[in-house]
Amino acid sequence: MGEEKRGWTLRLAGLLTPVTVWLGLFFLVPLLLILAYSFGTSGVYGGITLGFNPSNYLKVFEPLYLEIIGRTFVIAGLNTLLCFALGYPLAYFIVFKGRRWRNALILLVMVPFWTSLLVRAYAWVVILSGNGIANKTLQFLGITDEPLILIFTPQAVLMGMVYSYLPFMVLPLYAALEKFDTRLKEAAQDLGASRWHTFWRVTFPLSMPGVIAGSILVFIPSAGEFVIPDLLGGSRTVMTGNLIQTQFGSARDWAFGSALSVMLAVLLIGAIMFYIRRVGTDKLEGM
Amino acid sequence: MTVKGGPVYKGIGKVPDRALFLLAALIYVFLYAPILVLIFFSFNSSRSTQVWTGFSTQWYGELLRDDSILAAFKNSMIVGVSATAIATVIGTFTALALARHRFRGKTFADTAVYAATVMPEIVVGVSLLVFFVAIRFPLGITTIIIAHVAFTISFVTIVVRARLAGMDRSLEEAAQDLGASPVQTFLRVTLPLILPGVMAGALLAFTLSFDDFVITFFVSGVGSSTLPLKIYSMIKFGVSPVINALSTVVLIATMVLIFGGSRIFAGKEDA
Repeated sequence: MGEEKRGWTLRLAGLLTPVTVWLGLFFLVPLLLILAYSFGTSGVYGGITLGFNPSNYLKVFEPLYLEIIGRTFVIAGLNTLLCFALGYPLAYFIVFKGRRWRNALILLVMVPFWTSLLVRAYAWVVILSGNGIANKTLQFLGITDEPLILIFTPQAVLMGMVYSYLPFMVLPLYAALEKFDTRLKEAAQDLGASRWHTFWRVTFPLSMPGVIAGSILVFIPSAGEFVIPDLLGGSRTVMTGNLIQTQFGSARDWAFGSALSVMLAVLLIGAIMFYIRRVGTDKLEGM
Repeated sequence: MTVKGGPVYKGIGKVPDRALFLLAALIYVFLYAPILVLIFFSFNSSRSTQVWTGFSTQWYGELLRDDSILAAFKNSMIVGVSATAIATVIGTFTALALARHRFRGKTFADTAVYAATVMPEIVVGVSLLVFFVAIRFPLGITTIIIAHVAFTISFVTIVVRARLAGMDRSLEEAAQDLGASPVQTFLRVTLPLILPGVMAGALLAFTLSFDDFVITFFVSGVGSSTLPLKIYSMIKFGVSPVINALSTVVLIATMVLIFGGSRIFAGKEDA
């Protein structure tokens, strides 16, 4: 008995040691390090002096930076809403109307999900550029005579985001709706509920875990996004990700960059927790 | 609208269905048109990525002649294969521990695994950069591999754990009752059963590693450019059909991997 228990414990230790070491050393320690750095003072040449200096966090409240952080959350929020507005009907269509093409239809959503985000952002750089297809189409349709400035705008960033993150919303929604027992719908309708009522009172509440998972999967990476605003937003639509990158790049202000990173992580985790409390009473199954 | 009863609702059923169909069709166009346009212009005969002038494969030829692109591809393969191998082993171990054992701090371990997947990539990237610089570890292929393992372990764990959750434990118990050692049980019973999950986790890890830009951007050094970093610097330099050609190759490689992968697992998954 004691022997067996010891073997069990040893096995558990063996299974958990690699992950503890790797994530401890290369995930947790680096995060603690930027937490420490965020209270440090950046030297002129990029060095850093540790201490307890709250000025990096106070700097966040300067109007210029507040604007960038505000824009980040507005764009990420709009992106989540748009992905939901497009993704829910699509997932609903695939599950309930897809019939024998259901698997093929969901696979078609998964393919872009698996392919490089960078390549997909580049596709929009080409489309939205000055003499790109978007402008040609607008001119052809007679909507405009002169080429419009489409790229390097907040709208271009949002477009690229919705395009990139839509599959992240559709896949969990699909997973949630797929589990749905259609007999519940029939029962509701037999009991006299209209289609509309059935949807809002039965189908939608039961798909809530998918809505929550999808929103988190879209909101978090889009709030931390740096490639899409970099390529499609240019210097005029800077987001927090770009601001952080600048601190570790040309600005060489690692303390401020660390403070921004810590703030972003804390705000996002806070947002998820608040959101789950508010929206989801269920446990997040299948996430 | 508020009238209850049959006739009103019978009629409106079709309209939302058609609207739904149309919306779904438009979304598919939205998802695929940009990629198709990108691929289309990679075969353009002129430097333009906007105006079609004729068919040509010259940009693919240019890809093959560009040593820096080939070097980046080689780096991506080295990183992808190494990171996948390490992350798959560690992730599978973690999944086994979380699925099969009860222990103190399990909730914490669970949370940590999920936290690693939702942490914004940029935060992971800069924190690793700060860490490697602090311990004076030179940035290069090794740091990229370390970073990729760190962010893919959790994904492997989640995929393998899902497979373990759906597995019948009585088979393992039977093997042990028949005198198999824990190691034998694992190699002969558990591993073959969870192999589709392990392979799926490995495939996911490889794709994530191969496509990763943000984290790699921060932890790469001089001469350790991966394919996404190379594509990024080319886009920054200016739009060109060579990027279209390279993007097409990356897209097709990923798709072949996914379809090939799903074909291989499809048979086993049903078993």
